Amino acid sequence: MQPETRQKIEALFEQYPEKRGALLPAIYLVQAEQGWVSAEQAEALAELFDLKPIDVWEVLTFYNMFYTSPQGRHHVYVCTNLPCSLRGARGLLKQIEAHLGIRAGQTTEDGRVTLGHEECLGSCGTAPVLRVDGRYCENVDAQEARRLVDALE
Amino acid sequence: MITTPQITGYLSEHYAADANHTLAGYERAGGFKAVKKALKMKPADVADLVKESGLRGRGGAGFVAGLKWTFMPEKSDRMKVLVCNADESEPGSFKDRLIMERGPFAILEGILIAAWATGAEKTFIYVRGEYALPIERLRAAVDEMRAQGYLGTKLFGKKGFDHEIVVHSGAGAYICGEETGLLESLEGKKGQPRKKPPFPAQYGAFGLPTTVNNVETFAHVPYIVDRGVEWFRGFGTERSPGTTLFGVSGHVERPGLFELPLGTPLRELIEHAGGCRGGRAIKAVIPGGVSMPVLPPSDLDVGMADELLTERGTHLGTGGIMVMDETTCMVRAACVISYFFRDESCGQCTQCREGTGWINKICRRIEAGRGSDDDLALLDSVPAMMEGGTICAFADAAAWPIQGLMRHFRADFEAHVREQKCPFPESFEL
Ligand SMILES: Cc1cc2nc3c(=O)[nH]c(=O)nc-3n(C[C@H](O)[C@H](O)[C@H](O)COP(=O)(O)O)c2cc1C
Ligand code: SF4
Repeated sequence: MQPETRQKIEALFEQYPEKRGALLPAIYLVQAEQGWVSAEQAEALAELFDLKPIDVWEVLTFYNMFYTSPQGRHHVYVCTNLPCSLRGARGLLKQIEAHLGIRAGQTTEDGRVTLGHEECLGSCGTAPVLRVDGRYCENVDAQEARRLVDALE
Repeated sequence: MITTPQITGYLSEHYAADANHTLAGYERAGGFKAVKKALKMKPADVADLVKESGLRGRGGAGFVAGLKWTFMPEKSDRMKVLVCNADESEPGSFKDRLIMERGPFAILEGILIAAWATGAEKTFIYVRGEYALPIERLRAAVDEMRAQGYLGTKLFGKKGFDHEIVVHSGAGAYICGEETGLLESLEGKKGQPRKKPPFPAQYGAFGLPTTVNNVETFAHVPYIVDRGVEWFRGFGTERSPGTTLFGVSGHVERPGLFELPLGTPLRELIEHAGGCRGGRAIKAVIPGGVSMPVLPPSDLDVGMADELLTERGTHLGTGGIMVMDETTCMVRAACVISYFFRDESCGQCTQCREGTGWINKICRRIEAGRGSDDDLALLDSVPAMMEGGTICAFADAAAWPIQGLMRHFRADFEAHVREQKCPFPESFEL
């Protein structure tokens, strides 16, 4: 864990009645270092929070937005829940899979893109929706999806 | 990106204005009048006023907000807290997001009024992690308020009125919308719901007395305090007063949000969204987010208030309406819905963990043309076994949509079993 990360985490403690309340925000900060959280980083977090490593690990693996293995440089997620599926999201996902040559849940060989599908993103009025590096891209069709994916370095 | 509902009301009338999410813009439009008015009243009278207004929670369960506030212990030697539930993850719901993006200050003012009414000193706003822009907007709004002296101590010159607000990001788990799952998550744990009792008012966030309300619930409060009970009751039904931001999605021409009174007929809402797309006929409508049982077209005359929807065997939920046209395969819909619940069950209760998995497996088998009469019988019996008796209402929410589909669209399931294939080639892709 980098010293700056540790400082940022320690600054969060006072916002919560108990230190552990800062664990989720702290994981985000640690994850920002290399895009995922390693076993060593989890142990460092456990130490900082006076927890057992398993306490941190079970939190890490409970939530979809925490990663415990290396990820692509970019994340592309397609919402496949009902409102998006009704408007063609699954066809869109298949086209992106074919375009990148990977299946949802995989990363391209050059480490450029990790592709996934997600549950409802709260964008049903502008479906189908993609989340690209945390940013919502709404009302996306096949052409736009390809453009978005190709624009990632 | 939606910047304003297609039909606006008192909540959303200023959403189109560029500055509405800034403190200056909100105050120009009359913001923070209500909290000043509330501070001239006794806390108990504020809770009473909100109770009298009949405002029901907009997070899905529809509990009377003012009544919930009175469950907070009056005297407490421990700090009391509020939690704003901004986890909005119910498929078909996208209203809280717009409220946070375009009208964050109404939420924050509502929180301050609730804080005065309940004696809470701190609020945690738990926002789902995917909502990057809402989180950014809320954090900016909270910072502006702090800079203006609207957060901290002795607020609006009132001695003894201190409050702080923390915007907390979730990390991608539907179950954290359930209020006790949320509390566990806020404490830095897995979001596994707690057994109740004790209820949050006795043992909530970090064991402190806590009241949890939805984003939209808080956002109505300043208008009620400012304009009065009678005005508020001028909208909606006797049992469900006020407006709400209905979401209409799926097979309609113009999906989006519509701020209209509770009780507005379902058919009217669909017409506002341009009707069924391509001039097709409607086959089915889910009225309140994916957890709520589906309705057939013969029920489109129903008013969108919980007490009216209950008569038709469903609920208002979050008011997220999903329209499915005549091409739609209801078994495919069941596959999508049951996958979601299988994926999101927290796994604590056997009937929920196993039941959600079984239902999804059976639905997929039927869709693939390998279903049997026994599978149909299982789709009748498994959901019934999941209902009631679990730690939280997630298991009910997983059972209800399947029960609704079997009630109204059994023929779709039977046709799959009979023909050993999906008889709806035009349906949305799975
Ligand atoms: C499985 C499940 C998921 C829920 N998700 C949400 C949610 O995302 N947002 C929300 O406000 N309430 C959600 N609720 C309802 C909350 O438990 C709680 O009733 C609500 O936040 C209370 O606020 P209100 O009375 O203002 O509606 C959910 C309930 C269940 C059982
Ligand atoms: S009903 Fe399901 S989601 Fe709720 S506590 Fe039990 S297992 Fe978890």
